[in-house]
Amino acid sequence: MTAEPLIETRDLVKTYPVGGGDLIALDRVSLRVAAGEFAGIVGPSGSGKTTFLNIVGSLDTPTRGSARVLGERVETLGHRRAAALRNRHIGFIFQTFNLLPVYTVFENVEFPLLLLGLPAAERRRRVMAALERVGLADRARSRPDQLSGGQSQRVAISRAVVKDPALVLADEPTANLDAANSHQVLHTMVRLNRELGTTFLFSTHDEKVIGYLRRRITLVDGAVAADEVVTPTHGENGEAAP
Amino acid sequence: MLLRLSWRNLMGAGLRTWLNAFVLSLAFLLIITAQGLLHGMNEQAAQALVAVSIGGGQYWHPAYDPYDPLALEDARGPLPAALQERVARGEAVAVLAVPGGIYPAGRMKPVVLKGIDPAQDLLDLPAAALDTAVAEIPLLIGARMARSSGLAVGDRVTLQWRDAGGTFDARDGLVVAVMRTPVQGVDQGQVWLPLDSLRAMTALPGAATHVTLARGTSALAGDAASTWRWRSTDDLLADVRELVRAKTAGSLFVYALLLFLAMLAVFDTQVFSIFRRQRELGTLIALGMTRRQVLGLFTLEGSLHGVLALALAVAWGTPLLAWFARRGWTLPRNTDDYGFAIGDTLYPVFGPDLLLGTALVVLGLTAFVSWLPTRRIARLQPTAALRGRAL
Ligand SMILES: Nc1ncnc2c1ncn2[C@@H]1O[C@H](COP(=O)(O)OP(=O)(O)O)[C@@H](O)[C@H]1O
Ligand SMILES: [Mg+2]
Repeated sequence: MTAEPLIETRDLVKTYPVGGGDLIALDRVSLRVAAGEFAGIVGPSGSGKTTFLNIVGSLDTPTRGSARVLGERVETLGHRRAAALRNRHIGFIFQTFNLLPVYTVFENVEFPLLLLGLPAAERRRRVMAALERVGLADRARSRPDQLSGGQSQRVAISRAVVKDPALVLADEPTANLDAANSHQVLHTMVRLNRELGTTFLFSTHDEKVIGYLRRRITLVDGAVAADEVVTPTHGENGEAAP
Repeated sequence: MLLRLSWRNLMGAGLRTWLNAFVLSLAFLLIITAQGLLHGMNEQAAQALVAVSIGGGQYWHPAYDPYDPLALEDARGPLPAALQERVARGEAVAVLAVPGGIYPAGRMKPVVLKGIDPAQDLLDLPAAALDTAVAEIPLLIGARMARSSGLAVGDRVTLQWRDAGGTFDARDGLVVAVMRTPVQGVDQGQVWLPLDSLRAMTALPGAATHVTLARGTSALAGDAASTWRWRSTDDLLADVRELVRAKTAGSLFVYALLLFLAMLAVFDTQVFSIFRRQRELGTLIALGMTRRQVLGLFTLEGSLHGVLALALAVAWGTPLLAWFARRGWTLPRNTDDYGFAIGDTLYPVFGPDLLLGTALVVLGLTAFVSWLPTRRIARLQPTAALRGRAL
């Protein structure tokens, strides 16, 4: 690949002061992720996956080292620029869905577009398209508390991709879902990756998710232990969604 | 966008929101009512005073000082010609005030004897009642004076005073009328009698202590009033206004306290809501909101309590206040010793400046207490917020 990578980290270190010393959450992580990848950070709980995703998502800053995301240096980015970067180019998917409880499904998905200041007609068109992609156009007027976990996470996916971001960061997206819903959600993401070319970066220790990945980056105690290109056993080349 | 989200959040909080708004609207209405009563009192007191004694302003004898009863002995003299002319034309009324005493039931009671022309119709005093042919000196007193001295119409009472030479003199008077007046200053400790009688009794022909001009007439030009001092209506009302303000300031404390409690409720709701919704805060930031926007969102959400409260206050307060302003507040008969001039019924006045001013204060305070707890958001770590551990 000759193009500049979407994400490039160099000797990324993140430490937290704990007790007397420092806890090393990330230990000299150097990684490149290219546009269009469907990659996952894999490792046991506490290995630094979330910390890495948060820095890439400009929600956090590294203690040392550098992280370049979509041409921006995260470690020197101000609050405003970071907010703009997330608003325009990065979609987040959380383990706990994090939908706004007082908004309808439609309004939840519309929210990032409101932040972008798009006109109403354009917002409506995009929201409906995004909801159709996850198969929830008919639930546009529902409230989050009327949805199942799988439906909630699909709404969250819709919200992440509605602004057509270059990068979607999904932190343990299936941890609160049962097997059937996990597969459905992952299928949706594989399809979006293929159809829209959106880059997906996961953090997970869920075997089901790992089966969909095309690249598996293994973190152990904050350091990269393995970085392998793998053939998905699920998704477009694997078994069909339930 | 922020408005819609904060409105939804507010409505999502349900009962708590409405409770806050209700308490706030209560505080708002009570302040309005108290202030309206204050304004109404002020207005009524001023009107009564103008009608009964101040008129279009007064000229005072140079030695006259209403706060120095001892000086009253010397506060009298012939009227300057220009003033005498006005009095003759019926555009002014002269009053002679002489310290003296009465002996109801044999006990001496110090009073001020006030002479007034029974033919005057400039001041709202029933002086015409003094225009009667009786052997004694006809007397007019106020209802308070009647009660405190035990005098009633038809009672005979001995008057005592000093004449121009300083010699004590005494004669019998007959109470010919008792007047109800809202103005204590012409009632308590005052005994009214015909001006000519008093001048004759004191051997002070043509003397007066002060002269009240008719409403709508202007003060004398240049030094036509000689050494007599001019007191405009506004000068004379300043005292009563000050008194009303002081009397009511104390009760305002209660309303300030209520407002404070309402603000505390909003503040508490804000703190609670920010703490409980950390993850939502983190999500909003992850979605691309700046901290400033999130801070604005929560401030707006809290401030909307104030807007809701105003809406509530308008809804249930308008009919209430309108009714109150029309019906007034009838004071119990026996509690008119209020120290200043008010009628039997108080009519609160709810001016636009009062309503708007109070609304602005309530909105401003609500916005302020809503903003206070949100300052923590400015230092918020979005990653910690997403884990629910930021605060
Ligand atoms: N704010 C923090 N303060 C202290 N320690 C933290 C903080 N955030 C994460 N950690 C620690 O850093 C390590 C990596 O955490 P994390 O990135 O959340 O791991 P993972 O997502 O792989 O479970 C863990 O040991 C965690 O306890
Ligand atoms: Mg994690």
